[in-house]
Amino acid sequence: MDLAFLVDLFTAAVQVGTILVFATLGEILSEKAGNLNLGVEGMMLMGAVIGFTTSLATASPLLSILGAMLAGAFGALIYAFLTVSLRANQTVTGLSLTIFGTGFASFLGQNLMGLRVPEAVNRFFDPVLVPGLSAIPVLGPIFFRQNLFVYLGYVLCVVLGIYLGHTRPGLNLAMVGENPAAADAAGISVTRYKYTHILLGGALCGLSGAYLSLAYIPNWQENVSAGRGWIAVALVIFCAWSPYRALFSAFLFGCLDILGVRLQKFDINISQYFFDAIPYLATILILIFATLGKKKGRVTPAALGLAYFREER
Amino acid sequence: MTSFKRLTLLLLALMLAVSVTACGGAPAGGTKDVLTVGFIYVGPIGDGGYTFAHNEGRLYLEKELGSKVKTIYRESVLENAQDIEKAMNDMIAQGAKVIFATSFGYMNSVDKIAKENPNVKFFHCSGYMSNTTNFVNYFGRIEQARYLSGIVAGMKTKSNKLGYVGAFSIPEVVRGINAYALGAQSVNPAVVVKVRWTHTWYDPAKEKEAAVSLLDEGCDVIAQHQDTTSAQVAAEEKGAFAIGYNTDSPKAAPKAYLTAPIWNWGPYYAAQVKAILDNTWKPVNYWGGMKDGIVALAPLTSLVPAGAKAKIDALTAKIKDGSFNIFSGPILDQDGKEKIAAGSAVDDAGQLSMDWFVKGVEGTIEKN
Repeated sequence: MDLAFLVDLFTAAVQVGTILVFATLGEILSEKAGNLNLGVEGMMLMGAVIGFTTSLATASPLLSILGAMLAGAFGALIYAFLTVSLRANQTVTGLSLTIFGTGFASFLGQNLMGLRVPEAVNRFFDPVLVPGLSAIPVLGPIFFRQNLFVYLGYVLCVVLGIYLGHTRPGLNLAMVGENPAAADAAGISVTRYKYTHILLGGALCGLSGAYLSLAYIPNWQENVSAGRGWIAVALVIFCAWSPYRALFSAFLFGCLDILGVRLQKFDINISQYFFDAIPYLATILILIFATLGKKKGRVTPAALGLAYFREER
Repeated sequence: MTSFKRLTLLLLALMLAVSVTACGGAPAGGTKDVLTVGFIYVGPIGDGGYTFAHNEGRLYLEKELGSKVKTIYRESVLENAQDIEKAMNDMIAQGAKVIFATSFGYMNSVDKIAKENPNVKFFHCSGYMSNTTNFVNYFGRIEQARYLSGIVAGMKTKSNKLGYVGAFSIPEVVRGINAYALGAQSVNPAVVVKVRWTHTWYDPAKEKEAAVSLLDEGCDVIAQHQDTTSAQVAAEEKGAFAIGYNTDSPKAAPKAYLTAPIWNWGPYYAAQVKAILDNTWKPVNYWGGMKDGIVALAPLTSLVPAGAKAKIDALTAKIKDGSFNIFSGPILDQDGKEKIAAGSAVDDAGQLSMDWFVKGVEGTIEKN
């Protein structure tokens, strides 16, 4: 196992992990507002198909990304209306959103099969070298010779980390997720905070889909996310609702996702199916530790999954 | 107010549910004088690959037999007993008298359901089980076309390292890899074929990543036994070349695409269903080849080296008239020991259970 192998492995892990970065950040925002949205997979696929369609129509990378984020936000709007305004069960609504989004993408994608994003869009997402940083040995190729989506992932993690931890709206949001009644009493509009952050979360899931359909696999494939939205939901717990750890966790899971395939180069006498199972085993282990650990209750938004009734305050 | 909210909630839920079923495709019902034919797919039709090819066959069947048949289908049916049996039972409940189950992993369930439903005829793709009344298997010798695609790759490669992204190490895939390697070595003895397993027929991102790992190791032509075009895209991004699979896919990665071994299921489906309608159907297993038209090599693109076409045309004629068997000896196995002596060839039983790689293949067959 030489250095070149590891550099290639981690470079690919960052690319695969970026699929998860946006979706995980999106789910963090939603859960911070107290809403568990299991529709991540659906919103990713909605973003993927709208982003792809927009790219065919406009050949503009930025409009395509915008379209994908709006599509994700639209999915989240349905969810927010049902769970916040009508106080429907969050789990059931999220699951229906996943089914709806998958069907939505298959339906709109019927005639896209075999098509590819326009050359201009494709080139826009070619790897870009970061001046200076890309020359660092080992770390340069892994982190700083990537496409714009990857860099956007770094930036968003830091921005959201600062937003959630060090700004008034971020702290208000935490209050909404922990104790909406208290937030309401303090004059914070619970409904507005929930809507805003669920929609922003949806937009980020849509961005995840756009990364898949515009940059990672720039031709149309049905069900392109293949279940990665669910991994993102688990990653939120794995990273304990921290945007900084979300970046690390997504890359770690990206690495675990591809490790099995890459290790086939060596004659290792361990079943490859074991490597395929590692991401899921890791998730279970983390769930166990998160439940047993002292931090219990301190990291999970206390009102997560609960509808807020002002009348019951 | 509450009742208004409940009503809105109900309406929205209905809207979601209806929109989902509307996308599902398969219409229900079935009248007496029309033969209902069910198709069960392992991936989505939109995969642009394996399932797409089967669905083209279904559409061909509809076109050929017109109002005498009605087809229904179910996409993305997982290869576990519970899902596949439910899918088949649903179709039988909808009046299906013929079912085409199009993936290897469905085999045991098809056998079971066929015993329970003697009035329904079952066709299972790519397996080896069958019975004498209502259950047959069918497949095509895609490895003949894979051998020819190997010739293209062997002539194109500069690094003499070919990459092969495979789904599972089952005989169907192993056979294809061996045929591909033998074809490549027939024009370029120095070639090695590196194999990566993804353990999935359909996962665009994973297939791409497996191809990238092969490209990172210096492979400059990537072939695939996978259902999407992601491996071809990976090859193009790294300036390498690619051989597709299932359907001709020149648009997916135009700067990399050389050709593809492809399926043409339509004529077989139409012939079988027509025989059932005419009451002349017999339960006979089918394993067609290039001469039957069920498999072919897609047109060579302009990226294919000059001279390949003449070689391939000549060999195609020999495969079709039976004078050339791609698995004829001498064939050495991975360790260099003679597996098939000169003058003999791997017989059909040996091909259907193939669990060894020929010399020059770098990969491991995983024991399940």
